[in-house]
Amino acid sequence: MSVALTRRPGLGRLKAARAPLHPICLGFAALVVLAALLAPWLSPYDPNAVDLGNALAGPSSDHLLGVDAAGRDTLSRLLLGARTSLLGPLGVVVFSTVAGIAVGLAAGWRGGWLDSVLSRSTELVFAFPGMLLAILIISVYGEGLLAPVIALAIAYLPYVSRLTRSLVLAERTRPYVCAYQVQGHSALQICLRHVLPNIAPIVLAQSAVNFGYALMDLAGLSFLGLGVPALTPDWGRMVFDGQTAIQHGYPLSAILPCTLIVLTVVAFNVVGERWADQVARRTT
Amino acid sequence: MNALDIQGLRLQLPGSARPVLDGVDLTVAPGETVALVGESGSGKTLTSRTALGLLPPGAVTEGRVLVDGQDVLTMAPDRLRALRTGQAAMIFQDPGAAINPLRRIGDFLTESVRLTGTVNAADADRRAVELLDAVGLGPELLRRYPGQLSGGMLQRVMIAAALMGDPILLLADEPTTALDVTSQAEVVALLGRLRARFGTGLLFVTHDLGLAAAISDRVYVMYAGRIAETGPAAALFDRPRHPYTAALLASTPRLEAPSGRLAAIDGQPPDLRQELTGCAFAARCLHATELCREEAPALRGTHPAACHHPLEGSRTDA
Repeated sequence: MSVALTRRPGLGRLKAARAPLHPICLGFAALVVLAALLAPWLSPYDPNAVDLGNALAGPSSDHLLGVDAAGRDTLSRLLLGARTSLLGPLGVVVFSTVAGIAVGLAAGWRGGWLDSVLSRSTELVFAFPGMLLAILIISVYGEGLLAPVIALAIAYLPYVSRLTRSLVLAERTRPYVCAYQVQGHSALQICLRHVLPNIAPIVLAQSAVNFGYALMDLAGLSFLGLGVPALTPDWGRMVFDGQTAIQHGYPLSAILPCTLIVLTVVAFNVVGERWADQVARRTT
Repeated sequence: MNALDIQGLRLQLPGSARPVLDGVDLTVAPGETVALVGESGSGKTLTSRTALGLLPPGAVTEGRVLVDGQDVLTMAPDRLRALRTGQAAMIFQDPGAAINPLRRIGDFLTESVRLTGTVNAADADRRAVELLDAVGLGPELLRRYPGQLSGGMLQRVMIAAALMGDPILLLADEPTTALDVTSQAEVVALLGRLRARFGTGLLFVTHDLGLAAAISDRVYVMYAGRIAETGPAAALFDRPRHPYTAALLASTPRLEAPSGRLAAIDGQPPDLRQELTGCAFAARCLHATELCREEAPALRGTHPAACHHPLEGSRTDA
């Protein structure tokens, strides 16, 4: 069985298998997740506490990573920003995986007109850039984390549903499915209890790769001022807020979240790609 | 009442010019072992699958397929599911592929009877242990995964699973093909013992004539979707009346025979894309006449052969 995960060209070229890269990325991803979980206890200041007198100060013993143009502590904002920045992609991945599996299972198993309808409509979504779709939905429903998450979930749904459909098509011809049929199991029972667990590793590998892409897209939306509300600490939003500081010659509050976004996306991609490679090798 | 009674079954597939199954009549009595032999593509697997209502997509059927007196072809879906959990069961060719690798053996055995809701988990487990014992395996296997068992053991598990619903009809589709020779003999002996113990009718689909002769009471020989000849196993193999049966027997490799080229039947089985008039075997038959090419012969007599010019053994009965 040949499995083709959908990957973006640029990031796929990172050689995930190279020895030191994978453990480093895994460690970094774990660190970011840990920081996000423990953020309220780790952060030294309230991320929204404004201290205009101290604005754009450099790193000091009071503020380890300096403060931004509004006098807010950069370290605290980075730590709490990790929560929004990871929660968003997580929502995208969970939504798109659940819905994508449902669509793919239905299309692959039932076939016929249902397959045509579902496949053509997901292809239609595929043809539409995810960011544009997100901007459309946000402009209709307004700011907030939910609207961009749902928009991107819809944009990522075809990645999962196409993969699931092709896997189900291959799986349903295998004799064990037939064996369950002649034992009197219903189609739904066979699908959910037997076919799904068998294809799950490959689908989840795709979702892991999607996580990195979603993180980047959401950060991009926040940077455009379309994602999270203005006061919520978020990396993409911090880059947006830091633009003016760069013009004043204090780049730190913009460069730090930028670096974190890039590193986190790379880390999650390397981990996801490595997982996908392993799954693909096991099933061939 | 017969465990399986197929009457005049015709099955047409989209894209084929003639019926894939053409007027198949076949019965299996309770407690009887019936072998269905034929070469690849003769329709023997299709016939056995029809008994469980497993039709290929787009198939159009005619005739009746009675399992325990009920017609499978016209049955409501939930009734068919009940029949599959209960009265009829199937043993597959490759046990390694027919068992979900992610589920424990215990789950595989008990799932289908627990589905119906009539049996609780404890009773199902007890029956599974009982049946594992009947096929010569220990109860510790319930916790194992299919990957941890050998092919022969898996086929025994498959047989135990087939017996869970206490079926009156067991369909075995080349159950020994994927096994090594020692396991083959064990599985065949096991099937014979279990049939005697549980009184199950067994339809044994195979292309191994020696095996069919050893295990079965009666034999059906199938060629190009039609029954070519049927009769008691001993009589059929001793005195084949259809030239096809005779040719098949002649091409069986034998250890004691002088070494040399294996005997084979000249020509190819008829193409599904072409219409067929007359006897399906006429093009390859040494005894074929004008009549054979024009009119399809019917099954006649007490040891019936669908042939206009049946071979005469030591006894004539038609």
